[in-house]
Amino acid sequence: MFVDFFYQLRDARIPVTIREFLTFLEALDKGVSQGSIDEFYYLSRASLVKDERFFDTFDLVFENFFKGAMHKTAGLIEQYLPEEWLRGVAREIFTEEEIEQMSLEELMDELAKRLQEQDSAHHGGSKWIGTGGTSPFGNAGQNPAGFRMGGEGGGKSATKMWQKREFRGLKGETELGTRNMKVALRKLRKFIREGAEDEFDLLETIKSTADHAGMLDIKMRAERKNKVKVLTLFDIGGSMDSFIRLSEELFSATRTEFKHLEYFYFHNFLYERVWRQNRRGYSEWTPTWEVMNTYSSDWKVIFVGDATMSPFEITEVGGSIEHWNEEPGELWLRRFLAKFPDAVWLNPVPSQRWMQTPSVRMTYQLMEGRMFPLTIDGLDGAMRLLRQGRQAMAHL
Amino acid sequence: MKFTGTDNYVATDDLMTAVNAAITLQRPLLVKGEPGTGKTLLAMEVADSLGMPFYEWHIKSTTKANHGLYEYDAVSRLRDSQLGDDRVHDINNYIKRGMLWEAFASEKQAVLLIDEIDKADIEFPNDLLRELDRMEFYVYETQETVKATNRPVVIITSNNEKELPDAFLRRCFFHYIRFPDEDTMAKIVEVHFPDIKKRLLKEAMEVFFQVRDVNGIKKKPSTSELLDWIKLLLAEDIDPEALREDSTKAIPKLYGALLKNEQDVHMFERIAFMSRRQDA
Repeated sequence: MFVDFFYQLRDARIPVTIREFLTFLEALDKGVSQGSIDEFYYLSRASLVKDERFFDTFDLVFENFFKGAMHKTAGLIEQYLPEEWLRGVAREIFTEEEIEQMSLEELMDELAKRLQEQDSAHHGGSKWIGTGGTSPFGNAGQNPAGFRMGGEGGGKSATKMWQKREFRGLKGETELGTRNMKVALRKLRKFIREGAEDEFDLLETIKSTADHAGMLDIKMRAERKNKVKVLTLFDIGGSMDSFIRLSEELFSATRTEFKHLEYFYFHNFLYERVWRQNRRGYSEWTPTWEVMNTYSSDWKVIFVGDATMSPFEITEVGGSIEHWNEEPGELWLRRFLAKFPDAVWLNPVPSQRWMQTPSVRMTYQLMEGRMFPLTIDGLDGAMRLLRQGRQAMAHL
Repeated sequence: MKFTGTDNYVATDDLMTAVNAAITLQRPLLVKGEPGTGKTLLAMEVADSLGMPFYEWHIKSTTKANHGLYEYDAVSRLRDSQLGDDRVHDINNYIKRGMLWEAFASEKQAVLLIDEIDKADIEFPNDLLRELDRMEFYVYETQETVKATNRPVVIITSNNEKELPDAFLRRCFFHYIRFPDEDTMAKIVEVHFPDIKKRLLKEAMEVFFQVRDVNGIKKKPSTSELLDWIKLLLAEDIDPEALREDSTKAIPKLYGALLKNEQDVHMFERIAFMSRRQDA
């Protein structure tokens, strides 16, 4: 029962498990949803889908499955249609004499004929086959005994709950807001006890007191603090202009989430200098060497940029469009990555377009695949990778 | 026994189905949603409408799974032993029941709210798997097994700050409280302020949804903030006309209840300034 539905959900990559499926069947068995298709929809969603990001996909599968189910039941009716019922129906369409003269097959044939003869659209009325009428045949009618001949059912509201696709906005691939950015960044938090011992350690005190045969011996320990250190580098080159709002949101989100956060700006690509100020003045730059020597290699590095430029800007000496660079940007990025092994690149350009742009492809390769789209899923993946460190690389 | 919403709480159809499924199958119900959409309130209302006792376990970042079961107060016992108190001989004197134990021990079937489970450590939900599944746990100090006399209705809320482990999710029903649309919102406001003037309500709702729709706002106002704001408007006896006039000037009256961030207020002032300039 509904096994197909279960597999269709799994095919759509919704993580449904057997246990959830059995729970769903159990709930059906105990009569939680009583007949109404809406209740059935709500119940299946509540028991099978555990993350609102999958609601939209679920709606699509549900729609698809139940369309299929309609077609199947349509076949069943033709096969198992009780003759008595059909005769009853026929009495409303045909006159008594007509019915007397016809066998069941002829009756069905006649019905088909009427369908064909009818060449103009017919709505309403009580005899002809069409839409919105009270005749038992046809579509969207009001005759309770009638059966549907394809198309959408009438009677109730035109669109079902799942057809509205109200959860489209909750899908993981959609754009980020400040709040879900913060939530995603929070995954990187790591609590470590370090520094002054100023917190009372209850368990150690008890243990030590017991060891001293009941003489009170107080133990202290350091407070738990979030020790993750993050270095972010934002691209403020011209091609990033269209992503300014997104970058600003990401920036304000990172600022409140990490105590140890340093940020720098670069123009188009990483060269020998980076900027502290989000102004495109050249006077206050910091040498990239200095950044690499100031921060230890346990800092996690996040690049934010569209990596969209001419390939020369990455590979060539003097390739930068703003100044003469003695060494190619490619070399600088390699150096940077050698120093900071935990690094990711967040790209606001949708990932489908990455491989079409040569410079994005090159940056992707330089980052050894650690480039993520600036979406909830992308940010999630990036943070997971940063948290686990280099050993997670094997999965890419 | 069926939950159908209460006089003070507007429940949508999908929410009712999820709650009833959880009650019938005696499985936990996990409720997620934007902050301020009435997740916590739901549990209280379920308890209220079904006439069940209500237990609330509020989770903090330092909460451990054990805290919900019981705590062994070793320090008191140590102190009593040094003072020569007689209570020290019975370990039961130092075992404090947690909310889960209380709910399990309840004579009548109870409603247990585990509020903001995502605040705790990532392992926290995993530590509760067996307890929520079998509704029983073992007390090492006294070597007894506590088993629920009546399996409580467990409602768990989450603000989505951490992902919950799959093993935990498998055992729950799930409901996501969407931000209510304007019709539902009007119903919610009516439930809370039955004698609110129709026109004031309409104007207030329009302003509220306008504020929510403004692009780039840092913190969107939630349902509970709307209710606070309306409370203020009623207290100040604001005229609906004044409110309408206001909305064209972009910064709503008594905005403090809706906007909680000085950058947002600032942005609204800027928009107000621009629209005034356009009028001139």
